[in-house]
Amino acid sequence: MNKISYLAGVTAFGLTVWQGTVWIAGVPHFILPSPRRVAQVGWENRVLIGENALVTGFEVAMGLVLGVLLGAVTAVQLARSDRLYRLVMPLLVFTQAVPVFALAPILTLWLGYGMASKVMMAILIIYFPVTSAFYDGLTRVPQDVTDMARTMNGTNWQVMWRIRIPHALPSLATGLKLAAVYAPLGAVIGEWVGASRGLGYLMLLANGRAKTDLMFARLVVLAIMTIGLHLAVKRAALRMQWE
Amino acid sequence: MGCRFAQAVTDAPAIRIRGRYDIAGHRLFDGVDLELLAGQWTCLLGRSGVGKTTLLRLIAGLDSGEAFEGNIWVSDDNPLDGRISYMAQSDLLLPWLTVLENVVLGIRLRKEKPDMRRAMDLIGQVGLGGYRDEKPNALSGGMRQRTALARTLMEERPIALLDEPFSALDASTRADMQDLAARKLKGKTVLIVTHDPAEAVRLGHQIAVLTSHGLRLWQTPSSAPVRDQHAPETAIFQAELLSFLRGLR
Ligand SMILES: Nc1ncnc2c1ncn2[C@@H]1O[C@H](COP(=O)(O)OP(=O)(O)OP(=O)(O)O)[C@@H](O)[C@H]1O
Ligand SMILES: [Mg+2]
Repeated sequence: MNKISYLAGVTAFGLTVWQGTVWIAGVPHFILPSPRRVAQVGWENRVLIGENALVTGFEVAMGLVLGVLLGAVTAVQLARSDRLYRLVMPLLVFTQAVPVFALAPILTLWLGYGMASKVMMAILIIYFPVTSAFYDGLTRVPQDVTDMARTMNGTNWQVMWRIRIPHALPSLATGLKLAAVYAPLGAVIGEWVGASRGLGYLMLLANGRAKTDLMFARLVVLAIMTIGLHLAVKRAALRMQWE
Repeated sequence: MGCRFAQAVTDAPAIRIRGRYDIAGHRLFDGVDLELLAGQWTCLLGRSGVGKTTLLRLIAGLDSGEAFEGNIWVSDDNPLDGRISYMAQSDLLLPWLTVLENVVLGIRLRKEKPDMRRAMDLIGQVGLGGYRDEKPNALSGGMRQRTALARTLMEERPIALLDEPFSALDASTRADMQDLAARKLKGKTVLIVTHDPAEAVRLGHQIAVLTSHGLRLWQTPSSAPVRDQHAPETAIFQAELLSFLRGLR
């Protein structure tokens, strides 16, 4: 309850400052539309915005799920074999030198204007942070515990499943929180580069036609979605703590 | 033939370790020659930092062995791997598992089917019957140590290496746990590290004191463990052992 009233307070304060700026400075609406105007335009376009928000939301969700899954599986495999780690990790680090954003046009070229290229963007952008965070946790099980498991003659898979993975869950949670921030970025940038649907596409469209109020309405929706995702992931991350 | 082999592996063997150990460029101990008698309890004492844990880990096969120069013999010539239950100096409970799950950890790691009845029995016997579904964070230090003891006893292996297993317990619980361990580990080859002369005299068939110059066997009373702490003989041995330990520098 306290948290909700705090959130409401902050939002109200932000809106007041925004509205106040527009009034006092007399900023023209095509530079900075008033919150009232944004709300009005947003409501008038609710169907269009809603449909495209769904598209973007789906891209983000798919990218997040696939990226985390892929990252987690990679981390487990790397943690199982030092050889593999020495082979693969330098490659991964090297790929990080290429800004993923620079790949967006290529992905669009290869995967088309549809959702696939945006999902791929999101995956690429979160894959490395998830992999490296989870790998850290998997390989930092205290030596004493590993020794104990050895005297118990545990099988590699059981030790992985019952000790290493649970031990690494808080690290994975850290990676997950990062991923939740990055995934929408990836999807929206993908939409900017080439798309016929999605919030990012709509924003670009509105911007091009100097419909600033429309653009703001879409921006607000995107922000709300991102915050919602952040909260959901934070809640999931909390359940992954054992400390 | 196969039968005789199985017999040999489940029987508690004698173990002899002889050699010296260097750590970080300096000699930790030299001239150690210790025989753990088959099916008997050996108590190991010695000043803090003298290398008791190191010796235990060597026998458990947990040391890289780089710094160890010497030999470990097993009376039945079978490898020790898979025959040792090891209780480390810290409890090593996994915080995401309950007491019960921690106790059956070894069995689960080997992908065998745990005997839950026996596990719950053991948990009851270490006095944690009401805490079986609690996570370790909800337990006191002594309760955690007793959980670790139950986990070690659950392993039911012919050799037990216990590193200060009762150090966190109050005097009366400690005596109870000593009795329990003595009962459960009867006929097994046991090496137990302790700082408590009374514990050593109460439990040991054999008492060894580790110093940087080597290992010294200390007299035990002629009676068999677990010894009665009221017996005058026990008290005298305790007092003498304590004086000896105090004299070590
Ligand atoms: N990983 C390590 N690297 C370097 N030195 C170590 C390491 N582990 C232990 N030592 C040293 O080895 C010595 C013996 O340690 P050990 O744990 O065997 O002592 P201990 O007799 O069990 O002591 P305590 O009674 O306090 O448990 C100590 O002096 C310690 O400084
Ligand atoms: Mg020690």
